[in-house]
Amino acid sequence: MRAAIAALAASLATAFALGTFAAPQRYEAPPETARLAPGEGSEVAQAHCLMCHSADYITTQPHGLANPTAFWTAEVAKMRKAYGAQITDEESAKIVAYLVAAYGK
Amino acid sequence: MINRRSLAAGILAAPALARAEIVTLPFGNGERPLVRYPGKRPLIRLTTRPPQLETPFAVFDEGPITPADAFFVRYHLAGAPPLVDPETFRLQVGGLVETQLSLTLDELKRLPAVELAAVNQCSGNSRGFSTPRVGGGQAGDGLMGSARWTGVPLKAVLARAGVKAGAVQVKFAGLDKPVVAGPPAFAKALDIDHAQDGEVMLAWAMNGRPLPVLNGYPLRLIVPGWYGTYWVKHLSEIAVLDRPLDNFWMSTAYRVPDNDCHCVEPGTAPAKTVPISHLDVRSFITNLSTGAKLPAGRPALLRGIAFDGGAGIAKVEISSDGGTAWTEANLGPDLGRCAFRPWTTRLRLPAGAYGLKVRATSRSGETQPAEPRWNSAGYMRNVIETVWVEAI
Repeated sequence: MRAAIAALAASLATAFALGTFAAPQRYEAPPETARLAPGEGSEVAQAHCLMCHSADYITTQPHGLANPTAFWTAEVAKMRKAYGAQITDEESAKIVAYLVAAYGK
Repeated sequence: MINRRSLAAGILAAPALARAEIVTLPFGNGERPLVRYPGKRPLIRLTTRPPQLETPFAVFDEGPITPADAFFVRYHLAGAPPLVDPETFRLQVGGLVETQLSLTLDELKRLPAVELAAVNQCSGNSRGFSTPRVGGGQAGDGLMGSARWTGVPLKAVLARAGVKAGAVQVKFAGLDKPVVAGPPAFAKALDIDHAQDGEVMLAWAMNGRPLPVLNGYPLRLIVPGWYGTYWVKHLSEIAVLDRPLDNFWMSTAYRVPDNDCHCVEPGTAPAKTVPISHLDVRSFITNLSTGAKLPAGRPALLRGIAFDGGAGIAKVEISSDGGTAWTEANLGPDLGRCAFRPWTTRLRLPAGAYGLKVRATSRSGETQPAEPRWNSAGYMRNVIETVWVEAI
């Protein structure tokens, strides 16, 4: 593996020196490990939020907010309005309630 | 619909993920894994999909040029990084031009090349320190880096196409796309005069090597002195416009309060906003972190970096008494007015605890505030930084 990487790096360096670009190579991103916390409504959040982004977009948001309901309501509204998330009002309410319960503290 | 393999192209296969080392950024809920991505050393993973990777702060003490394998990564849309075949890649230049162009990488590289060192900093660098906290990528201070970019001036490419009368802005879009219908495609714009200033460039190399996949391979826009949101990666489309670009990324996102400090009273909303633009001036101590111990009564080396939005750094000062008395540090080599400017000094401190402060002033007279400025997006933080140390 290490030798292969070194060889590839060398071939890239050569290709660049010659003024050409290396052909595209295999790219494997490290695995997605973040998960949503269990809780009521987590399956709704799972289905709608994680379609476009990983769970760590949610889990890394600040804790201990003065008004977690306002924060998560605004986030879900932004996802619907700005990012075009296909979420009904009813689903939105469930997602906000879940996020506030799971990540609002 | 989402096929990772078909979306992604890269340089190196990632080794199997062992149990990730955890780093703790110095704010609430700041635990993050250190993860190695293709072409990168282990970086602080803020988010996985789309990838946002932060440079560990110790890297900035390695020198004023940030190594490409340590350079931060930030995407907006889940279909990232995109598959790019350099053989079939084309840069399309169109809109309000005499001649539409479709340029190969080799054609671009046959134009006279330029090299320039410049800082790329994310608008939301240091957002995790905002008080009160705000939503968004919760980053420490590592969404910045200074690299040598090689490419061709945008001006030369636009001249080849021939900009028609009535041009107002130039739009830039890359190959990273949404994976589902809904999210707005990423595109940014610069005013026509800015686009033709001779400094904005299309870069294919970073620190003398092809751009890493995660930093925009094979071509990205370089906007010296401006925030990273304009530095469009995997750049594939340039369009000259007869009116300002009105999309989510210009009209709604990446905007700051329309006043001198780009700030508002914490917790409030601004009356009017403008698109974010120039970097504000910042400086950091890089060789000491909070908790460090120095030998009392003996000269201790302090070293760091400073940068601004393109005027260049005039001076860097250090205070060990809470910001009352300041002494000027020695500026290191000038790699360009848009690059990190290294600085060093020596301090002899009697036994005791100290908050060491660093403050930079740009050649245009801009300096850093003693108290943090606040806006609801957590953009443009540039408060005077303090490192708490003990002399024993």
